[in-house]
Amino acid sequence: MAKVPDFLLHHDGDSVAVANDDLQPGTLQGLSVKEQTAHTAVLNEPIPLGHKFALRDHAEGEAIVKYGIKVGIASKAIKKGDYVHTHNMRSYRWEASRA
Amino acid sequence: MGSKPRLTGYRRPDGSMGIRNHVIILPVDDLSNAAAEAVAKVVPGTLALPHSYGRLQFGEDLELTFRTLIGTGLNGNVAAVVVIGIEPNWTQRVANGIAKSGKPVASFSIEGKGDLQTIADAARVAQVFLQDASEIARESASEGDLILSIKCGESDTTSGLGSCPTTSEAVDRWVAAGGTVFFGETSELTGGEHLIADRCIDDACRNLFQTTYDNYIKVIESTGANLLGSQPTQGNIAGGLTTIEEKALGNIAKTGSVPVVGVLAPAEAPPRNKPGLYFMDTSSAAAECVTLMAAAGAVIHLFPTGQGNVIGNPIEPVLKLTANKKTAASMPEHIDLDVSGLLRQEYNLTKAGDMMMDVIERTVNGRLCAAEALGHREFTFTKLYISA
Repeated sequence: MAKVPDFLLHHDGDSVAVANDDLQPGTLQGLSVKEQTAHTAVLNEPIPLGHKFALRDHAEGEAIVKYGIKVGIASKAIKKGDYVHTHNMRSYRWEASRA
Repeated sequence: MGSKPRLTGYRRPDGSMGIRNHVIILPVDDLSNAAAEAVAKVVPGTLALPHSYGRLQFGEDLELTFRTLIGTGLNGNVAAVVVIGIEPNWTQRVANGIAKSGKPVASFSIEGKGDLQTIADAARVAQVFLQDASEIARESASEGDLILSIKCGESDTTSGLGSCPTTSEAVDRWVAAGGTVFFGETSELTGGEHLIADRCIDDACRNLFQTTYDNYIKVIESTGANLLGSQPTQGNIAGGLTTIEEKALGNIAKTGSVPVVGVLAPAEAPPRNKPGLYFMDTSSAAAECVTLMAAAGAVIHLFPTGQGNVIGNPIEPVLKLTANKKTAASMPEHIDLDVSGLLRQEYNLTKAGDMMMDVIERTVNGRLCAAEALGHREFTFTKLYISA
């Protein structure tokens, strides 16, 4: 059986990917669900199953893209490979909702 | 030799069908819960549906409570109803609303008589209803006879990747076979509401959807509250979901690819002659949403979960599926279908859809789902505003 991907992204071009297991820093193999394309990424910090990391650098205020759609903005600068969650990402629709 | 029908259900006098055959004891108000529960105790096999409201409500909020109570009685999974209220007027109104279906209904009010006499009178009728209902046999049914509802909860990123797309497969197949499906969770479309608007079948449907969505969001936004921890919930955040927009796209991933044929008010039944996918204006809270969908006639519910929501409903079986392998391992008693293999690339979405349809068919035909076996009977009303 083929190896289980370390991470999944919904679409090629998404700026974040989802951990398919509890992950440790290092080089990882991933798969885009829609296009079934193989991806490689380097993770900078440990993250649990289901949490996200950045596939590219994001400046503060830049769109975070998942499902090929903007799902939030970087509330501070995010480096490629960084863990992405409420500490550095927030809703753009609900301005009052933030960590 | 006759072959076994694929789907079976109970036909009701008004032509609707259900997959369960409950005799319910329905309190009109919170004060009548004790008597209703007592009746269900002396006539085991009947089911009391206690809840928290029904007094001093008015206007649209009161209408929604009536619609929820009457709709629950009208649900195809219900064979007969004993209605108990504190006073006769509203009690009779609920009973009359249900009686229009031709289903056996009796009503009892407590004032002037007390709990004990009411319990004795109601129990005698409940016993007859229960014995009569036990003679109703299952018949062959089709998707067009059985309304499916969908709503996810304690979602995480595995929901959008696995359990919601699996549900989506079931939605498309159910509608293609002539069935009706409800989805809701108005606030949880935020960031992807344009995707739903684009799928509305005509401008009238689209305008009604947009107005309904905008009105709900106005209420939420007018509070100025920080919703982080409420929507998305603490469980969503623990599962890796960060924003409402990210959660919404996972939610929408379960709605299939078929057009949206109509927009329903909370607990509003769809027209009988127009099957398809309907949006219902609901809260995203699990028990509230499922209660409203059951009151609109849904007889089986698909509930994708990530972190492990445990919700059930007294009259509508709630089937749970997860694509989170940790949840499948740590809370197996709540999970009817584990599709975590989808994320491990062990099978494709078509196969996951086949697995889902198999669980649906077995549940339709009588297999108890996890929530039924564990006694989850959350009957939770949506309250629109304060009581008088």
